[in-house]
Formats: sequence, structure tokens, C-alpha cells
Amino acid sequence: MLNIHYFASIREIVGKDSEHLELPSGASTVKDLVEHLSTVNPAFKSLVDSEKKILVAVNQTVADESCMLSKNDEVAFFPPMTGG
Amino acid sequence: MISIQTDDFDLNDEIQKLRRKGGDTGAIVTFTGLVREFDSHKNNQTKAVKYLHLEHYSGMTEKSVETIVEEAMTRWPVLAARVIHRIGKLNPGDQIVMVGISSGHRKDAFDAAEFIMDYLKSKAPFWKKQYTDQDSHWIESRETDVDALRRWQDLNAK
Repeated sequence: MLNIHYFASIREIVGKDSEHLELPSGASTVKDLVEHLSTVNPAFKSLVDSEKKILVAVNQTVADESCMLSKNDEVAFFPPMTGG
Repeated sequence: MISIQTDDFDLNDEIQKLRRKGGDTGAIVTFTGLVREFDSHKNNQTKAVKYLHLEHYSGMTEKSVETIVEEAMTRWPVLAARVIHRIGKLNPGDQIVMVGISSGHRKDAFDAAEFIMDYLKSKAPFWKKQYTDQDSHWIESRETDVDALRRWQDLNAK
């Protein structure tokens, strides 16, 4: 199962902080996962369609949409970081 | 040594710990960031800040900060490094972050501390939500923070 996390403004828009999901068949990359989430969650789709910048981390390392996913990966979506 | 915590910290204690870390310490530089009382970021309107709420990605935060500190230690002859970043609810005037560096000489200590702060701003998974009397909003990343990183990356390329 993929372990998906949402943070900050993304968490508020999506309406949950995490979820477990089987990697959909035929899906192998972050881009595929984003497409899948957009079809099952209208709030997530609205986010992807907006101008908002979304970052993704796979197993706690920032990744891009071509990153390959394995079935037990931890994937996180969040806005640009504002530490310090 | 890295701490992500809700509790406040005592800057003087941290300086004394850096003094005792050993090595031929000639310089200790510390930076402390505070929660500002006024927000003049949006539309040049000044609003009184009631409080901030700091969210983070537990696990990734610690890993990211460790990577940043390790990178600083490969670039400069740092003897000891200390990073404290607070999370949760913070009021105006509260200490929010502290970076402390001990080194043989001041230039290395200043540079390493500034490098770590610049990277903490946009490469460690923290997010700030600001509450005023009227509303609340997520603080957005600033172009100047990205520029600050570019400076170190350009140095790297030389």
C-alpha cells in the first residue's frame, strides 16, 4: 500500500492528512499517481488544475513527476516550504 | 545536533554547550529567528499577528536538516553545529529558530550559519500559518529566499 501524506494548505484543500492506496494497475510514476488522485478526488484535481505550486516527496526526499513508485512507498504532497 | 521541538530554548545554554564541544574554538556565531509582531508582506497592509502555527513533516524534517548541516560541515571547517527549530503555536516575540556554529575563525562560522539558515527557509519541510484578528493564511515562500540559495549554488559552481 502506498502511504500518502498531505501537508499545510494542500492538506486543507484535500481535506485529509493521509490515506492508504494501492498503486493503481498500470501506474508506475508520480505523474500516474497524480492523475489517479485527480480522478478520484475532485479537491485534488482542483489543486492540480490551479496555479498553485505543489511539491512532492517520495520516501521523504523531494522528487519530480517522473519518479518511479514502488508499492510500499511513502508519498507526500505539500506547498513550497517556509521554515526558519 | 538537531532538535525539532515545541519547547522554548535558552540561547545562553546553547552557547555554553558549543564552547564545551572541544576543538580549538575561536568563534561562535548564533542566529536566532523570532516571530514578528506585524505582517507587512501582503499588499503592503500591516496587520498585527496574533500567533503562528508551525507544521512540519516529521521524519523528513530531521533528515532534511541533517543533510543541510552535513553540507555546511563539508564546506567550512565547522567544529560543532546546533540547530533548534520550534513547531506548534508561537506568539509574536517568541524564539522560533536557532542556528549555532563554532569554528576556528569567525568568517567560517558566519558563513556556515548563514548557509544553514538560507537552506532551512526553503529546503526543510516546515510551513507557517499566520493568524491575525481578521483572518488566517499560509505564509508563502518568498522569491528572496530562493535568491539566497542561488548565491550558494553559484559559489558551488565556481
